Amino acid sequence: MLDSQRRFDRLPASPGVGYKLQHFNDILGDPGPVKWIEIHAENYMGDGGRPLAQLRALSQRFALSVHGVGLSIGGETPLDRDHLNRLKKLCDWAQPASFSEHLAWSTHGAEFLNDLLPLPYTDATLNRVASHISQVQDTLGRQMLLENPSSYLAFAESTLSETEFLAELVRKTGCGLLLDVNNVFISATNLGLSAQQYIDAYPLAHVGEIHVGGHDEDTDDTGAPLLIDSHGKPVIDPVWALLDYTLARTGPKPVLVEWDNDVPDWLTLRAEAQRAAHALAA
Amino acid sequence: MTGQSDFRAGLLDPSAAVPDGLESGDGTPAGKRYDVYRNNVTHSLIAALQTAFPLVRKILGRQNFNSLAPIYVRAHPPKSPLIMHYGDAFPDFLSQLPQLEKLGYLPDCARLDLAMRASYHAADAPAFDLTGFQQLPQEAMMSQTLTLAPATRVLTSSWPLFDIWRFNMIKDAPKPVMQPQDVLITRPDFDPEPNLLPPGAADWLAHLGQNETLVAAYEATAATTPEFDLAAALTITFTSQAFCANERASDATTS
Repeated sequence: MLDSQRRFDRLPASPGVGYKLQHFNDILGDPGPVKWIEIHAENYMGDGGRPLAQLRALSQRFALSVHGVGLSIGGETPLDRDHLNRLKKLCDWAQPASFSEHLAWSTHGAEFLNDLLPLPYTDATLNRVASHISQVQDTLGRQMLLENPSSYLAFAESTLSETEFLAELVRKTGCGLLLDVNNVFISATNLGLSAQQYIDAYPLAHVGEIHVGGHDEDTDDTGAPLLIDSHGKPVIDPVWALLDYTLARTGPKPVLVEWDNDVPDWLTLRAEAQRAAHALAA
Repeated sequence: MTGQSDFRAGLLDPSAAVPDGLESGDGTPAGKRYDVYRNNVTHSLIAALQTAFPLVRKILGRQNFNSLAPIYVRAHPPKSPLIMHYGDAFPDFLSQLPQLEKLGYLPDCARLDLAMRASYHAADAPAFDLTGFQQLPQEAMMSQTLTLAPATRVLTSSWPLFDIWRFNMIKDAPKPVMQPQDVLITRPDFDPEPNLLPPGAADWLAHLGQNETLVAAYEATAATTPEFDLAAALTITFTSQAFCANERASDATTS
């Protein structure tokens, strides 16, 4: 177990950031409003060296969220037991306040495709995803949060809306939810839906964490807007507005700023966290 | 029904048709929207290779590297979610490309990149007690066994591998001269560093790695490499912290 003098049982309802190794000294020296950090689980599955040494030091100061990107919970095939065991080892060691994963798949056969791929929302996929979530929660011995995806297309065969699908998963498994409002904005724009109506229909009582992040803008074959979840830019104003809309209904929640590509200097990321702090104080 | 096999089929094949059953919000066929996933998969794996192989990328240049990477990505998708270790078949892949025939040293450079990355993520271990070792009488010293640190890696090469690394990665380093060079990678702190090994030292380290005593490893090495210089080998391995305490923790994350 991580030799931490401090224990964080839950993420605080305050700003957090997606942690990057290059920010180590800056975040310790000048955290601003940041009270917690989120790491991508797979980047900390080495045996030692800098990533784990930094995590050891940071866990003295910040609550920790472990965010998996490789479990393929939405996959047609059984979960990768080796990978699930690696997640258990990391969570047993780091004792995070939260563990979360995605409503998506990334493994097919023996291949890992390194992207969060979409699935149709049907009774069959609902039962499969529910059984995977239960397996994760049983293995880790804790509740997990499931994150809504950013969608670029829809499946003709879907019979449930995404919010219905998520609500059913909560009911069947007792899992919590990670509400990514940037993903909501992207999906709503891409599929011609209302982001606010999505929030209204979402099971907000089960939200354990909120994500905001930046995205890119493109167009599809017909010239319609096609937003792409890139995490490489500042959060745009309409996404901050959607965060305000959400927080007005949920009350204060842990809010994470994600910036994974073209990672800026610490002051730029800290300024985004400050903006999340203002949203939480409103 | 659009199964995951159908969805997967076009992801790494730019010429494949968009799978059936995928649509826009208004029910029209998804078309270019599917390409977002195609691009994400291909570009994220190319980016992983760029991070994993800095020396190969430097030698080939960005453009050449980026024209080869998609071929590798399509032929060798990752087998594990641990992208930090992606690319283990890259050295052999490079050795089989006819257009790289004149760069015979490139596969060894890819092996060096892989070894640096493995070293970076290797387990921590308590430091070797050099002072205690140096205080031993010579006979006791030579009957010691030494434990390679988990982050230590040894590469043998028929190319001037260390000089090629230095020439490409260190400013104003001298040009490589054709000669075989073996390389020792160690991680004194958190950043792995390549070191040039004297002739025979890679062989000597392999013997030490099999738990042979210093004297046995020396004798076995001198039998095949008469010019083996034990003092030089000890100097480079001690100063680069190639060894750890004999009773090392097997895994940092269990401590």
